[in-house]
This record gives sequence, structure tokens and C-alpha cells, in this order.
Amino acid sequence: MTAEAPRWLPEGLPPGIALSTSTLDQVVLFPDRGSYHAAVAACAAGGFEILADLCAVDYLTHPGRSLPAGEGNEPLVPERFEVVANLLSMAARRRLRLRVQVPESDPVVDSLWDVYPGAEAMEREAYDLFGIVFAGHPDLTRILMPEEWEGHPLRKDYGVGRVPVQFKEAPGPR
Amino acid sequence: MSDVTTLGVSARAEGGRRDLSRETSEGAQELASRRRTSEGEVRREVGSVLRIPEGRVLDSSDIASEVPEDQTMIINMGPQHPSTHGVLRLMMELDGETVLRTKPVIGYLHTGMEKTGEELTYVQGATNVTRMDYLSPLTNELVFSLAVEALLGVELPPRAVWVRMLLSELQRISSHLMWLATNGMDVGSTTMMIFGFREREMLLAFFEKTTGLRMNHNFIRPGGTAADLPGGWDDDVSVICDTVLARLGDYDELLTGQPIFRERMEGVGSITAEEAIALSATGPVLRSTGVPWDLRRSMPYLAYDQVDFDVIVGTYGDNFDRYALRLNEVRESVKIVRQVVEKMPDGDYRVQDKKVTPPPRARIDESMEALIHHFKIFTEGFKVPAGEVYQAVESPRGEIGCYMVSDGSSKPYRMHIRAPSFVNLQSLPVMMRGGLVADAVATISSIDPVMGEVDR
Repeated sequence: MTAEAPRWLPEGLPPGIALSTSTLDQVVLFPDRGSYHAAVAACAAGGFEILADLCAVDYLTHPGRSLPAGEGNEPLVPERFEVVANLLSMAARRRLRLRVQVPESDPVVDSLWDVYPGAEAMEREAYDLFGIVFAGHPDLTRILMPEEWEGHPLRKDYGVGRVPVQFKEAPGPR
Repeated sequence: MSDVTTLGVSARAEGGRRDLSRETSEGAQELASRRRTSEGEVRREVGSVLRIPEGRVLDSSDIASEVPEDQTMIINMGPQHPSTHGVLRLMMELDGETVLRTKPVIGYLHTGMEKTGEELTYVQGATNVTRMDYLSPLTNELVFSLAVEALLGVELPPRAVWVRMLLSELQRISSHLMWLATNGMDVGSTTMMIFGFREREMLLAFFEKTTGLRMNHNFIRPGGTAADLPGGWDDDVSVICDTVLARLGDYDELLTGQPIFRERMEGVGSITAEEAIALSATGPVLRSTGVPWDLRRSMPYLAYDQVDFDVIVGTYGDNFDRYALRLNEVRESVKIVRQVVEKMPDGDYRVQDKKVTPPPRARIDESMEALIHHFKIFTEGFKVPAGEVYQAVESPRGEIGCYMVSDGSSKPYRMHIRAPSFVNLQSLPVMMRGGLVADAVATISSIDPVMGEVDR
């Protein structure tokens, strides 16, 4: 499954990072949690100036996805959470995506804030809506939800809170 | 966080006397007083509340981090302030009239649209995203549709591409006119406000004629557009182009050369290219600093590589540059629209893929199969192959992106919108630092935040 690494990949990436080219030839790197920060720092030094986007995904009800294996490594184990960072190189006009697996039991991942200060609000959003903790973030507080809110709404085990449609025959609210 | 919660609970328990300041507190999300903030954190925050790592960008010698607390005051601006473009709440620490620290507190318009998006099919999804950035709904629909189409792997017919391009450029004109209007209002020119709304009205009338609605169109859909352009659209668009272009001259006369306006805008709210890039800013905020980054030119989507236009850049990254840039971007959009009118290809406005496209209305009356097919598409939707994709387009406010994960069903497993206003708001504290509180309004306005998109 591991695709051929493009020649323009930044130098200094930690060894053994799995790679795939997904839809539309978008290149995706799969660092593990330990090498995530180093990989992003290498990308930042290698010409990816902007962190375009950072978000999280909760794979609770869609666990069976296959992940590629890094060189000389076992295939990655899919975990419940995934943090997805989209980097952008303005000089080379390229995008690069990093997906890092974050286990449910220990949802902690390094913050990218010291590499890209623009990660601040995006990581706060991921923390607020998924409960993923970004170690090293200067102000990890809720950003969209009220301060006293309980739970993390974008998790798949958090209900939608839908109100059922009331038909004529159904018992009314009163 | 926990002590705030207990405070709120005890306030309510106290024999029915309500303490509103506690009930409405956002706790740690707010800007804390200097007493409760560590010294290193204050130094970072004074540099910019957006906490640029030390030594990274800002020159720290001009930052007065040692102001005694009794000289400063933290005030709230918003969330119900008329000049904050919705429900943006800014907490500012002031020393006299000078802004020392700023922190935007957001979330007052959060309605969980990304969560809602996971419950809607791909057919319904466009109605959801179109409500995020309510000043350029067509751009939201476009990025959503491009993401779905990328996962589906469908190729659009040329007319659909060009219709989309026509609409996004008209949308850009309408959004920038709205910005000119509100920005004029914020610096005290009610004339500009009336002018901007007047011209935008023509565009909204055209949108209504084309899509049926003035905003929240749900017109650009996965697979093409909802309908073809109405008869006589090219004449309408030409009239719009001529009028807007002529009126832009009026704006120039009213504002660009006007000494009071220039005094209020020039050199106010500046940001450097380095800071803007570090803070992930895109769109006019980034271009005003002189970085020629426009996705339409740099990473062309639709058919932007086949039209001729200039990318406008500023020099100083101040409010005036952002004003002049948007004014001139309207001119460039008019240029693009005129080329689109000339080059508009004939053909189908949506892809003829039975999986994605409902049958034509006329067929439904005569064919049972067409009726069933139509019913199936609008109730069950269509299935999209599993995968994940990130698509980005240039909205009037910057890069709007859609990260979509599909698990093979007819609803997106995850639909994340990278909202340009949300990210651009991070540069606000940098722009406000050291400025006057009276200029805060003009600076907020120059970012052009749309709170529907910030909070989603």
C-alpha cells in the first residue's frame, strides 16, 4: 500500500514514516505520535510555510480502515482518533497532509504551536470538540463551546440531540 | 475551569439571587488579569495574545510588559457590540486609550454545523454548509461540492465549471461590496454603507433570478449546479459589470482620496508578511502584506487557469491596504466575469451520471422509473467511495477548505470546513497591539470576519 515517495518530500523527516497518495494524488504522511512533531518541524524547515488546516477525526464507528506501513515497520494500528494537519508550501505550490493516530486511552499529542503559531486556534478547536490534548499548547481551553460544557460534541458517541418530528397522531410534548 | 463551574453553581443556589457576571463567564477562555497570568505568558500575550513563541517574530524591545496592573483596565467589546460584525467578543486590556492585549472570545454563534453535516446526506449537505459564511454562500457550496466530486471521481461538463466560476466571481463582488459598506459604516461613512448595499442589491437580484434565493442558495451541488442559467443572463451580468465598474469610481472619489478616511486607515492595524504567514492567515489579510498568494492563480481550480486576471497585493499590511486591495479585487472579478460571459461553453450544467444526478423534471411525469430514481436520490442519497480528501478554494475571505472523510455510506463520516475567518481572527491581536481603542472597530472590520463561519 505504501506509495512511492515523491522526490520533493522535505529532507530530515524521521525515518520509517509511512506514506500514501490518496484521492487526487494528495500525498499523506503517517507519522506515529513520537515522530509527529519532528516530522512537522522537518516539513516546516523544508519549505512548507503555512499550516493550512488542522482538525481531528473520530473513527469510532468506522474502525476498519487500512493504514500503510513505513519502511521496515509493521503496518500502523488504526486508533480511535486521528489528528490531521494540512501543510501548504507557497513556494512550491504543494500541499502535504499528515495523519497521526491518537489512542482513546491516552488522547495526547504534541502541539504544533511552536512550529506554526497559527495552530493555536485550530488545536483549541480540536481539543474542544474531540477532547484531544495538545501537549505544549499555551492556552488549551474550550473555544467554541461554553466553558462549563460537559463532553466533546464531535465525538461519535456524543448524541446529535435531534428532536423527533411530531406527527399529528403522535403524543404531543404536553 | 473547575472553580468557575462551582462558582456558577453556588451563585444559582444562593436563594434565587442571580449573579449574571458569573453565569455568563467563559472562565479560562477569557482574557485573565495580569495578577492571574504568569509573567512569561503576559510577555507572550503583550507581544500578541496569539502567543507567538518567544523570539519567533516580534521584536520584544518595544513591548511594555511591565505596566502596573492598577494602570490598566480589561474591557469587553461585544458580543453584542454593533461594530463587531455579529457576535464577536473582544476582551481588551487598555492603558488609557492604548490597546495592550486583545483576546477574541468566540463561540456565541456555534451551532454544531460540522456535527449536523455528519447527519445529512451528500445531497442535503450543501444546504448546511451554505449557511456557514452567509456573505458568500456559493463559495461554501463550491468547496463542499468539489470535495464530494473528488471522492466520487466525477468529471464535470465544461458549462458547469464555467457557471460555477461565474457565480463565485459574482459572489466575490457581492461580498466585497458588503465589506466596503460595513467598513465605511465602521469608520463613520454612512454614505458608503448605502452605496455598498445598493450595488450588492443588483447582485442579489441576479442570484435570486438564477438560484431562486438571495442567499443560502444550495445552487452549486455535487455533480454540477441545480439549474441552468436563466435566459438573458449575459445581459444582466453585463449590466452588473458596467454599473459596478462605474460605481467603483464613485467609491474612489468618496473614500480613497479622502483625507479623513486615509488618516483613519493608513498605518493602522498593520501586520507583517512573516507574522501573517506564521499565523496561517490567507486571503486579503495575507495579500495586503505583499505576499502574492491567491489560490485562483497559484493552485488553479475550476477553469481559473483559462482566464486573465491580476492578483492584487498590498505593501504595508495596514487597514488601508486591505481596503484598496478589496476595492481592486472587485475590478479584477469584473474582468473575470466579462471573460466568462464571452467564453461560456454550451452543454450540460450537470454531470450525466445517473448515480449522482436526478432525472430531469419532465421525465418524472412520464416515467415510473424516473420517479423512483428521483425519490431514491433525494431520500437515500448516493453512496460515496470511502476515502478522505482536502479541497480548498479562494473565498472572498481567504482559503476555505473542506476536509472530508467518507466511510462509503451516503453521509460524510467527517466534514470539516477550514474557515478563513476563524483562522484570520488569530492575527487580530497582532494588528491591534499598540493601537488606539477607537481604531479597534476599523481593524476588526478590515479582517472581514463572518461569525457564522468563525463559529460554524
